[in-house]
Amino acid sequence: MDAANEARQEDKGAAGKGASPKSPSPKSAASRPSNKASNAPQFTREEDQHAYREMLLIRRFEEKAGQLYGMGLIGGFCHLYIGQEAVVIGVQMASKDGDQVITGYRDHGHMLACGMDPKGVMAELTGRRGGYSRGKGGSMHMFSREKNFYGGHGIVGAQVSLGTGIGFANKYRGDGAVSLTYMGDGAANQGQVYESFNMAQLWKLPVVYVIENNRYAMGTSVTRASAQTDFSKRGISFGIPGEQVDGMDVRAVREAAARAIAHARDGEGPYILEMQTYRYRGHSMSDPAKYRTKDEVARMREESDPIEQVRKRLLGPHKVPEDEIKAIDAKVREIVNESAEFATSDPEPDPSELWTDVLLEPARA
Amino acid sequence: MATDILMPALSPTMEQGKLAKWLKKEGDPVKPGDILAEIETDKATMEVEAVDEGVLAKILIADGTDNVAVNTPIAVLAGEGEDVSAAATKPNGAAKPDGTKPDGAKGEGQPAPAPDMKAEGQAGTPAPAAKTSEDRPVAPAAPAVITNRSADRAMAEIPEGTEMVTQTVREALRDAMAEEMRRDETVFVMGEEVAEYQGAYKITQGLLQEFGARRVVDTPITEHGFAGVGVGAAFTGLRPVVEFMTFNFAMQAIDQIINSAAKTLYMSGGQLGCPIVFRGPNGAAARVAAQHSHDYAAWYSNVPGLKVVMPYTASDAKGLLKSAIRDPNPVIFLENEILYGQSFPVPKGDGFTVPIGKAKVHREGRDVTLVSFGIGMTYALKAAHELAEAGIDAEVIDLRTIRPMDSETIVDSVRKTGRCVTVEEGFPQSGVGAEIAARLMVDAFDYLDAPVLRITGKDVPMPYAANLEKLALPTVAEVIEAAKAVCYR
Repeated sequence: MDAANEARQEDKGAAGKGASPKSPSPKSAASRPSNKASNAPQFTREEDQHAYREMLLIRRFEEKAGQLYGMGLIGGFCHLYIGQEAVVIGVQMASKDGDQVITGYRDHGHMLACGMDPKGVMAELTGRRGGYSRGKGGSMHMFSREKNFYGGHGIVGAQVSLGTGIGFANKYRGDGAVSLTYMGDGAANQGQVYESFNMAQLWKLPVVYVIENNRYAMGTSVTRASAQTDFSKRGISFGIPGEQVDGMDVRAVREAAARAIAHARDGEGPYILEMQTYRYRGHSMSDPAKYRTKDEVARMREESDPIEQVRKRLLGPHKVPEDEIKAIDAKVREIVNESAEFATSDPEPDPSELWTDVLLEPARA
Repeated sequence: MATDILMPALSPTMEQGKLAKWLKKEGDPVKPGDILAEIETDKATMEVEAVDEGVLAKILIADGTDNVAVNTPIAVLAGEGEDVSAAATKPNGAAKPDGTKPDGAKGEGQPAPAPDMKAEGQAGTPAPAAKTSEDRPVAPAAPAVITNRSADRAMAEIPEGTEMVTQTVREALRDAMAEEMRRDETVFVMGEEVAEYQGAYKITQGLLQEFGARRVVDTPITEHGFAGVGVGAAFTGLRPVVEFMTFNFAMQAIDQIINSAAKTLYMSGGQLGCPIVFRGPNGAAARVAAQHSHDYAAWYSNVPGLKVVMPYTASDAKGLLKSAIRDPNPVIFLENEILYGQSFPVPKGDGFTVPIGKAKVHREGRDVTLVSFGIGMTYALKAAHELAEAGIDAEVIDLRTIRPMDSETIVDSVRKTGRCVTVEEGFPQSGVGAEIAARLMVDAFDYLDAPVLRITGKDVPMPYAANLEKLALPTVAEVIEAAKAVCYR
């Protein structure tokens, strides 16, 4: 489906929501090895509780966003992060205050992981004045200088050069911060990604490139779009180290991210992490996802769900009482409901906002 | 048979150079490929290689001679066995190859290097004798000292009595960057060949030596990538000056300039500004054809979130570049290769800036308003000069900033003259002239005594052949004809 086609479909709002794909794709991507025999390092009980709460917040937030989209309260494009939660949470658990995050348009999870207020994120999705961009950016374009979140970018791959520039600035200032630059498997085929890899390694910039391989660039599977499907090798010709990571296991993500971030922070240059993950929903709200089987999605949910993995550990080895977990669930639902309440009651931007924020006033000399 | 060795043209726009040093002396045998001499152009020091075999019979232009025109005989090469002394006595230039113009003159349609010196109060006009504070003669190597003459409309915004120095546009641009880099640690320069090579057009000459490799950054040939790196760095609050070797190559980076630099402030609700300058030569140079000759003034001026600047004089180049670097918004700073080597008076010292968004009445007149910018000013000013001889008193406005456009200055002028001709090298459709015409139709309709006419580059990709290139560019004659037409003369 081309973008123009998709735009037309988006106009129909949620008409197609929940429609099941009629024709399974001829061949689904290879099934992923589950992590059952994972030798990932163990999390403490507190770490798992933290990861559970953070990932669940993203999951419930995205479900609510999907719901509001279906009600026509969110317009335009809306790309949900459901299924990929362990990636951004694991990386954030390995990062330090002052490290920056930049990503593409599937960005709601990253914003929540950076500590941005769910109310402000949801209100931006509904185009209200209390949104992070005062209603002028929408789902794909949100920023928080305070939380070091640099967007939220709608042009596939553009954030990779920008994130490299953030790494350049970190090195220029010598402040020890690392730029965490995310992209999808689709963006990884853009030319400027390799221009950026070259400069980042040439100048030893503190950048960790996180490639979220969710197996489909919109409707095109990795095997149909990429000559080299092992994305961890995409930096080899520049001498950038890379590794493939089970992106459904937050522990594996955190461990790999800690390695990568230490490498970048120590002045060794960039690092590539291919996060093998999966999105449960379509590319955007209007995508019926006919390019893969229902079976494939169901199997991923059952066998590899990042949140369920942690829940099992909490209930099992960590011996957290079910009541405590339910209390977390309830708290998360409350936060999400409040954000939806705010995002639907907050007024639209004042019409005068049309003309603001085009240019900044130069400082008086 | 003795042959003349001619002063070579070492770049598309070189018209003269300095014969810095002879590496062979009279009487030396010469083989093809031998280095004969070093020549300094305004861009670089180049070596001259011998093409023919023989003996260097006579050196006609001595070491250290400045302003040697292209194609001037600089030495005589005698053939094998030829009497060197006989060859040396031949009259200069006798053996000039057929078809070459000794003065290296460019086609008439090509903008002449000399701007309207008079209107500029240029040092070429006899500057008042060196009135320094001690009233001593200036050392020969120092630039001529002149002071601002307030009678010059073009210098009206420079306080009377300001001490001026004569500088090329190239030097003025370099000084602007150096001064801002001294003033603000967050300012850095990046681009292809800006550091070790000293700038493809020598604009960044000396910056690496003063500021080091951390702040003067050579990039790979990777416009899309380094434009994005610059924008990302600017988002964090650094102030990059990104040089494109020419703006033609910025097409590789157009997504980062438009989608990232121009739009993010708005899309972030005012949170993420992008204080970046994209600068470099724009428009036609000479004989570099369609992919190296495009004038992008109108393109960038279409985009909200950008400021677009295109100076003509060296003082405007300096003052506007300093303002652009201090500006918190992305600024497209369009230079011109042919103007780089031209000299103008520039206020001395580092305190001078020119505000972005203000046009300048470069020459006052009553009968017709000519509006131009950048190199277009060379046509407008020459036309105004010739029109004066024909009894038409033209006012010439230098737009200087394309976006935001200073409509007020244009409208004020047209209220007086009732007529307007726009001059630009860019294409006609949706050009800057089209925008000015539209604004005048709305804002000065009742004052117009004739339709606004546009003189532009022709609506074709730039051709290579000298005669076709000349036809594709605007000419002074076209401007004169249009001015006469709107005056019904």
